[in-house]
Amino acid sequence: MYFLNSHVLSFSIWLPILAGVVVLLLGNDNKPNFTRLLALAGSLAAFAVTLPLYTHFNYADGGFQFQEMARWIPAFNVNYHLGVDGIAAPLILLTSFTTVIVVIAAWEVISNNIAQYMAAFLIMSGLMIGVFSALDGLLYYVFWEAMLIPMFLVIGIWGGENRVYATIKFFLYTLLGSLLMLVAFIYLYHQTGSFEIVDYYKLPLPLDAQVLIFMAFFMAFAVKIPMWPVHTWLPDAHVEAPTGGSVILAAIMLKLGGYSFLRFAMPIAPDAAHHLSGFMITLSLIAIVYIALVALVQKDMKKLIAYSSISHMGFVTLGFFLFSQLGLEGAIVQMISHGFISAAMFLCVGVLYDRMHSRQIADYGGVVNTMPIFTAFAVLFAMANSGLPATSGFVGEFMVILAAIKYNFWIGFLAATTLIFGAAYSLWMVKRVFYGDIANSHVAELKDLNKRELLILSVLALMVIGFGVYPQPLTEFTHATAAQFLNQMAISKLPVAGLLP
Amino acid sequence: MTLPQISLLIVLLPLIAAAVVGLFGRYLPRSSAHWLTIGGVGAAFVLSVIVFKATLNGYTANYNLYTWLTSGDIQFNVGFLIDNLTAMMMVVVTFVSMMVHIYTIGYMHEDSGYSRFFSYISLFTFSMLMLVMSNNFMQLFFGWEAVGLVSYLLIGFWYTRPTAIYANLKAFLVNRVGDFGFLLGIGMVLYYTGSLDYAAVFQAAPSLADVQVALIPNVSWSLMTVTCILLFIGAMGKSAQVPLHVWLPDSMEGPTPISALIHAATMVTAGIFMVARMSPLFELSTTALSFVMIIGAITALFMGFLGIIQNDIKRVVAYSTLSQLGYMTVALGASAYSVAIFHLMTHAFFKALLFLAAGSVIMGMHHDQDIRNMGNLKKYMPVTWITSLIGSLALIGTPFFAGFYSKDSIIEAVKFSNITGSGFAYFAVLAGVFVTAFYSFRLYFLVFHGKEKWRHVSNAHDAHHDDEHDHHHGLSPTDDPHEPGWVVKLPLILLAIPSLIIGYIAIEPMLFGNFFNGVIFVNNEAHPAMETLSHHFHEVLHSPVGMALHGLMTLPFVLAASGVLLSWFFYMKRPDIPAAIQKKFSFINQILENKYGFDAFNERFFAGGARLLGEKLWKIGDIQLIDGAIVNGTARLIGRISSKVRHLQSGLIYHYAFAMIIGVFLFLTFFIKIN
Repeated sequence: MYFLNSHVLSFSIWLPILAGVVVLLLGNDNKPNFTRLLALAGSLAAFAVTLPLYTHFNYADGGFQFQEMARWIPAFNVNYHLGVDGIAAPLILLTSFTTVIVVIAAWEVISNNIAQYMAAFLIMSGLMIGVFSALDGLLYYVFWEAMLIPMFLVIGIWGGENRVYATIKFFLYTLLGSLLMLVAFIYLYHQTGSFEIVDYYKLPLPLDAQVLIFMAFFMAFAVKIPMWPVHTWLPDAHVEAPTGGSVILAAIMLKLGGYSFLRFAMPIAPDAAHHLSGFMITLSLIAIVYIALVALVQKDMKKLIAYSSISHMGFVTLGFFLFSQLGLEGAIVQMISHGFISAAMFLCVGVLYDRMHSRQIADYGGVVNTMPIFTAFAVLFAMANSGLPATSGFVGEFMVILAAIKYNFWIGFLAATTLIFGAAYSLWMVKRVFYGDIANSHVAELKDLNKRELLILSVLALMVIGFGVYPQPLTEFTHATAAQFLNQMAISKLPVAGLLP
Repeated sequence: MTLPQISLLIVLLPLIAAAVVGLFGRYLPRSSAHWLTIGGVGAAFVLSVIVFKATLNGYTANYNLYTWLTSGDIQFNVGFLIDNLTAMMMVVVTFVSMMVHIYTIGYMHEDSGYSRFFSYISLFTFSMLMLVMSNNFMQLFFGWEAVGLVSYLLIGFWYTRPTAIYANLKAFLVNRVGDFGFLLGIGMVLYYTGSLDYAAVFQAAPSLADVQVALIPNVSWSLMTVTCILLFIGAMGKSAQVPLHVWLPDSMEGPTPISALIHAATMVTAGIFMVARMSPLFELSTTALSFVMIIGAITALFMGFLGIIQNDIKRVVAYSTLSQLGYMTVALGASAYSVAIFHLMTHAFFKALLFLAAGSVIMGMHHDQDIRNMGNLKKYMPVTWITSLIGSLALIGTPFFAGFYSKDSIIEAVKFSNITGSGFAYFAVLAGVFVTAFYSFRLYFLVFHGKEKWRHVSNAHDAHHDDEHDHHHGLSPTDDPHEPGWVVKLPLILLAIPSLIIGYIAIEPMLFGNFFNGVIFVNNEAHPAMETLSHHFHEVLHSPVGMALHGLMTLPFVLAASGVLLSWFFYMKRPDIPAAIQKKFSFINQILENKYGFDAFNERFFAGGARLLGEKLWKIGDIQLIDGAIVNGTARLIGRISSKVRHLQSGLIYHYAFAMIIGVFLFLTFFIKIN
C-alpha cells in the first residue's frame, strides 16, 4: 500500500500502458467481448489509480506533489522526475476518466482490430498522463512525441476516406512545432546543465533569449492547442478520426498545449510572456471571433465542432495572458469543462454517424421525431457548448470574460461575442439536424439510444451540469497553484546589470 | 419551518416536479404530469404568500446558500434576497404560473408532448424564481439565461413546424445579443466594485458616481452611464425593447399557455424587474435614465401601431405586450420604479387573462387564429367574453380597473419628469393610450360582436398558417363554437378578479406608502417626478376612488374612450372605412406590414452578413491562404525543389566527379578569401 501511495503517478502512467500491452497480447477479433472487457477492466483500473490525486491532494500546497525521482540517464543528468500541481492533477483525472468513456464508446462500434484499437487508447492515456506529470524536460519530450504515435495509428487505421492526408498533416504540423521545442530544451540544458524544469524556472535570462525560447515553445504548443493560424490540421484530423480519436483529441490532446504553456513557456520566460502578451491575446481573440464565424458556415458536423473547439480554446489562451487569478483559473476551468463538452459533442456525432454513416448536416433533419431521448442530450450539450449558465461551459467563459473586461474593456467585448456566435453555430446546427419534419427515409428508421450510449451520455451530462451548478471543486484544486504561478510570473528573470559577466 | 427553509422549498418544488416529470414522464400515467407539477407550483404559491405576508410585517433577508466559486479574492455565491419586491414577484409568478398550469390541462389535452410541456413550464417557474430571488448578479444572469432557455424550448415546442423552430432560434439569439451587453455590464460592476453581491455593489455605487472611464481614448464617459446602459441592453433583449423586440411577435409560435406565462406576464418583465432592482445604480446616471425612457417611449408607441394591422389574435395581443413593456420602461426612465413594478403586476394579471382568453377563443374556433373569421362569440363563449372584456378594459386604462391605476400613474410620472426625452415620452405614452384602446377594441369587437363570419368563409383554413395543431383546421361553417371546460374557465375567472381590483387595492401602499422603502432607491433631488406624483396623489386625489373619478375628466380617458368609439365605428358600423384607408395609405400600411423593416434588415445584414463573413474567412483565410498557400504550399514547394534536385542524381560517375571538383574549387576559393 505504501508503495502504491508513494508511486501514484508512476502507476497512473504505466498501468494503462501495461494494460494496453496485455490487451494487445491476449485480445483478438475472434474473442471480441473478452477483448473489450479486458480493455474496460484496464481502463477502470487505470482510472482508479489516479483517484488518489483527488483524495490525497493537498489544496494548500501550490507546489509539486506526489513527486517521484529516479536517475535515468546520468550522463546527461536526465531524471525520471514526476510530480503534479493543481493544474496537472485535474487534467490527469480528466484523462483517465475520458479513456474509460472512449473504451465504452467503442464497444460494438469497432469490430476490426479491436485489441489494437483499445490498446492504442490505453497506451495513449498513459503517455498523456506522462506529459502532464513529467518534471524533467527530456522525459516530458519523450512522452510528448511518443503520444503522437498511437493517435497517428488511430486516425490512420480506423479513420475515414481521406485519413492519409489528415494523418500526415497532423503528424507534420505537430512534429514541426515540437522540434523547435527540443532546440529550446537543449539550449536550456546548456545553460543549466540539467533537464530539471524547476531549474529552468530559476534561470535568469536576457529578454532576447527569453523571447526566442518563448517562441520555440510557442510553436510547439500553439499547434497543439491549436491557435490561429496553425489550427488547420485539427478540422481535418477530427473529420477523419474515429469517434474515440476525436474525443481524445478534443478532450485531452488540445489541453496538453494549454497545460504546457503554463508549465514551460510562461514560467521559464516570464518577461517574454509579458512582452508578447499583446500578441498572444490578439491570436486568442482571432480564435474566438474569426473561428466562431468559420464554425457557423460548416456543413460537416465534426468540422463544426472542431472549429468550435478552437474557438473555445481561445478562451484558454486568453485567460492565461491576462495575468490575473480570475482569468487563469477561468482558463483552467475552461480546459476541464471543454474536455467534457467536446467529448460529449463528438460522441453525439458518433451516435448519429454509427447509424447513418454521414456527418453532413444536410443529410439530417427532424431527428427528434425518431430519437427524442438522444435529442434531449444533444440539446443539452449544444447549450453547454454555447455557454449556458448551470452548465460547465458557462463557468470558464464567464470567468475569462470578467477578467478580460478588467484588463481592457474591448478585449472583454470581443471575447463576449462568443455569447452570440457560440449560440448561433451550436443551435443552428441543432435546428437543422434535430428539429423539423423527418427529412428522409434514413432519419425515419433511426433507433434511439441504446443502453451503452445512454450510460456514457448520462455520465457526461451529470459532469457538465454538476460542474456548472457547483464549480468550486475545480477551482479548489487550482487556487494555491494559480496564486503561486502568478507570483512567479510577476518576478522578472532579466539578469540584473553588473551581476553577470 | 423557518422562512429560509420555506424560501428554499419555493424554488425547489417546481424544480423537482420538472425533473421528475421531464425524466420519467414517459413512464408515468398522463395525469401524473399535471398533478405533480401543479402540486409543486401550487405549494410554491401558498408558501410564497406566507413569505409575502412575512415581508409585509417587516421581514427581509439576504443570505447565501452556497459558494458557487471563489477565485482570488472574488467570491461568487448562490443566495436569496427576500424583500417586498422579491416577495411580490414570487407571488405574481407562482400565481400566474399556477393558473397557466391548470389551463394547460385543457389546452394541451390532446397533445403528444403533454408531460414534456408540464416539465418545461415547471422548469420555467423555477428559473424565474431564481431570477427574482437572487441576491447577486451571477445568479441573476443564471436565471436570466435559464428563462431564455425554457422560452427557447417552448417556442419550439412543436418542433416539426418550420416557423416554430425559426422563431425559437431567433428568440434565443436576439436575447443573446441583449445578454452580451448585460454580461459586459456585469463585468464593469465586478471590475469597479470588486463584488457581484447586490448589497456590496449598492453600497459601493455612490462613491463611483463621479468616476469617468475612457473606453475610447480621449473620450471619457461616466462609469455609471456606461454600466447602466450595458445592463439595460440586457433588459432590452429580455423585455423586448426596440430594436431587440423582434423575437417577441414570432414567439407566438409557441403554445398559447406559454405566451401568457412567459411572453406576457413574467419572463418579458424580467428586464423591468432588473432595472428596478438596480435603482441604486440607475439613479446615479440621468443620461442612462434618458436612454431608458426614450427606448421605452419608442417601443410603447411604435409597437402599438403594429397591433392595429394584425389579424392573428395572438399577434395583436403580442404587440400590445410590447407596447405595455414600453410603458413600464418609460416609467423606469422617469425614476418611477415602483410605478413600473406596479404596472408589471397589473399587466401580469390582465395580459395573462387576455392571452388565456385568446387561447380559449382559439380552441372554440378549432385553432383558427384569424380574427376576420370570428364574430359574435359572446353568444357561444360567455365566460371568455366577459373576462376578455374585463381584460381589455383594464388594458386600455378604464378608471377603477387595475390597468387604470398603473397606467395613469405612468403617464403622470412622465409628465412630472424633467429629464431629457421626457417631453417626447409624454407624447408617446399619451398617443399610445389612444392606439391601445383602438386595437384592443378592434380585436374585441371583431371577435365577440358583429356577424358570425366563419359561416361565410369558404376557405377558412388556407389563409392561416398559424394553426396550433397540424390536425386542426378551423371551424366548419355549420358548427357552433363551444366554450372549453372548467380547467380553462376557472383560470380566466381567477385572473379577471385581480384585473378588476388589484390596482384599487395596491396603489396606495405600493406607490405612495412605504412598501418599497429600502428596496427601491430614488434620488428625489435629481429626479423629483415620483415625489411630485406622491404629493399630487395626497393633496389633490386623496384616495384611489378620488383618482379614478378624477381620471374620468382627464385627457388619457378621453383618448381611450375615443379609441374605443372609433374602433366601434370602423369595425362595427362602417367596415368599409378602414379598408378604404388601408388602400389610400397603402404606403404606410406597407411599412407597418413589414414591421418597419427590422426583420428584413436583421435577416439580411446580421444573419446574412455573419454567414457571408464566415464563408469568406473559411474559404479564403483557412482554405486558400493557410492551407493552400502555406501548409500545402510548403509541401508543394518541397516537392518541386526535390523534383528538380532529383536530376542531379543521374547515376553517372563523371557527373558526380565533376560536382566534387567544382565543390573543392569553391571551398578553396572561399577559405583563401577569408584568410
